[in-house]
Amino acid sequence: MNQRQTDAPHSKARIIVYQIQKSRDTLFFMNANAPRRIQLFATCLIETLRPQAGMAVVNVLEKLGVEVEYPRGQTCCGQPAFNGGAWDDARAMARYTLDVLSKSDAPILVPSGSCADMIVHHYPEILAADAKYGPLAQEIAARTYEFSQFLVDVLGVSDLGAQLDRRITYHPSCHLLRGLKITRQPAALLENLQGGEVVPLPHADECCGFGGLFAIKMADISSAMLDRKLNAIESTQAQTVVGCDVSCLLHIGGGLHRRGDKIETKHLAELLVERTRA
Amino acid sequence: MSEHISNVTFHDRVDDALRNQILHTALDRATGRFQSLRANALAELQDADVVRDRARLIRAHTLSKLDTYLEQFVANVEKAGGHVHFARDANALNEIVNEIARTRNVRGVVKGKSMISEETHLNHALEAEHIRVVETDLGEYIVQLAGETPSHIVAPAIHKTKEEIGELFHQKINIPYTDDPALMTAAARHVLRREFLDADMGISGVNFGVAETGSICLVENEGNGRLTTTAPRIHVALMGIERLVPNLDDLSVMLQVLARSSTGQKITVYTNLITGPRQDDEGDGPDELHVILLDNGRSKVLATEVAEILYCIRCGACLNACPVYREIGGHAYGSVYTGPVGAVLTPALEGIAPWSDLPHASSLCGACRQVCPVRIDIPRMLLVERDWATRAGKLQWWLRLGLRMYSFTVTRPTLFKLATTAGRWGSRLVGASSGGWIRSLPPPLNGWTQSRDFPAFAQKSFSEQFEASRKK
Repeated sequence: MNQRQTDAPHSKARIIVYQIQKSRDTLFFMNANAPRRIQLFATCLIETLRPQAGMAVVNVLEKLGVEVEYPRGQTCCGQPAFNGGAWDDARAMARYTLDVLSKSDAPILVPSGSCADMIVHHYPEILAADAKYGPLAQEIAARTYEFSQFLVDVLGVSDLGAQLDRRITYHPSCHLLRGLKITRQPAALLENLQGGEVVPLPHADECCGFGGLFAIKMADISSAMLDRKLNAIESTQAQTVVGCDVSCLLHIGGGLHRRGDKIETKHLAELLVERTRA
Repeated sequence: MSEHISNVTFHDRVDDALRNQILHTALDRATGRFQSLRANALAELQDADVVRDRARLIRAHTLSKLDTYLEQFVANVEKAGGHVHFARDANALNEIVNEIARTRNVRGVVKGKSMISEETHLNHALEAEHIRVVETDLGEYIVQLAGETPSHIVAPAIHKTKEEIGELFHQKINIPYTDDPALMTAAARHVLRREFLDADMGISGVNFGVAETGSICLVENEGNGRLTTTAPRIHVALMGIERLVPNLDDLSVMLQVLARSSTGQKITVYTNLITGPRQDDEGDGPDELHVILLDNGRSKVLATEVAEILYCIRCGACLNACPVYREIGGHAYGSVYTGPVGAVLTPALEGIAPWSDLPHASSLCGACRQVCPVRIDIPRMLLVERDWATRAGKLQWWLRLGLRMYSFTVTRPTLFKLATTAGRWGSRLVGASSGGWIRSLPPPLNGWTQSRDFPAFAQKSFSEQFEASRKK
């Protein structure tokens, strides 16, 4: 058993006491005090458009011996309405989601940077004046984590024994990067992939042009931004683009498909369960 | 304050901008260069983050006691022999300048860079009184020759390539065509030198007013600011009421981040600190100094949720970092202040109704917030103004209806399930199954499919797959 302080400037950083965890056939070093149960807020996009990303998240967690609760009735965090300027609607969705998530005291895991950012930063803001939901929003925000953040900062795991068989590149989505300031967690997970190659994406921190309804309302500007991102991706000659936001990945994927590119997009979790090294 | 041409919409201007290849070349060259210069300059500054925090605190503190500092500033300008005028709005400011010009028999004016004069359209007002106005900042001079408006707070002619400027100079000031910036600059200098000597009045902007000393600080790189404020017999300095710092120590903090964030310089070539007109024992300087403080909506903004936008020190870093600005340039915004800061400031100063598109012209990527030297949370302000736009009835009907229906659906799980099923059928109807792509969506969603395919709904949703995996 060893002990070390994480270098996270994050408020949720903590001292991690490691223990060896045997799970299925693999041994992991894991935080001995980590929660062994989470509730998964899958997000509406994973529910409807990309279920395999959600299933990959479940697989990763169960592989690490973490029990996955799936709160019934969960739908969408309300970000489309919040970003669209329909704040009354956004508040209704936030209150609804808070009700769904407050039935259990387990930490909440969100496999999306922007949805996690919505719950962590914007719920407390838009519900600040709400006597009932304001404090609840704060309480829920304090135990909500994005996927890679939960793995690295909470579980203390950055090596899942995953094997890589091709050239990939990583797109750091904006709300993950600048909203939640999550950079070193996905980097650590990618670094421990064996085999294959992780190529840096030129101008990686530039927006792909998705921006939710922005992609529809301001379709021309959004398309021009996407073009730049796609050019950058093509220049890496990667076979797969990896990210922590299904929304941006679907946007990029739709652009790649329209161009006739064979490059595929994958959520980081999908990559982590794809192949296990012997 | 701005000439809002109602029949040309924001979307029309964006269309034009996106089609303009020359604009793209110009913007790519300049914004890319500014960004890397800025990053290097800040990396060299020790404890840059601490300095930025301090700069932010100074701005916040000044604005929280703005009345006190204004009073102190005015008293000290007057003590130094200057005159101070308050202008409630754009017309009032133009009238004050015209009045000074009329009573002092001013025929010619040279101008240093001033966004306030753009805000009030001062040049038009002066020209209407048959006063000759010459811009002396090189970028502003180019823009004036071209009959255009500045498209960037710091680099007014950023939308033009050097080749375009060469052509412009060839036509307007009769020099042989060249795209060598040094030759063009020399030509402009030659023309402008004469103007400085002939002008009766110099009009400048103000980067910071120092309350404790009554000084005005003006930063620039061309020396035109120094000439404008010293050569003519009258100097008129224009500033927004928010542009104060308490004292010289605070000024030094602001100067540490301003040039670095703006042009990537440690400090600008000229940093002018002007206290009063020429004193009896001084050889140079104007006989009269007039400082005009413009409100034009600022005091009103102080009481709103976006008051923080008044912290802005006009460095332009957010414009250079903004992926939207880089695609469409400044003119597409249609406002005097452009880019992310303009998208927030314009609706705040002039009302959301005519400018409801601006806060929506952002993917909320947060690059602006990351580079802002005083850490203004611009995405947050854009969101607040989107909420204003909705309240003012400016959200498109289909979005309003769509979001209402969406919110109604997702707060009712059974309905959400039904909608998911409908989406699945819809996907199948257009021949796209799980993992497939939809090539075209009907209006109003067709914006998406103009450049990218839309993912098909999964034939088995996540919750269904999850439930099934539990039963194994």
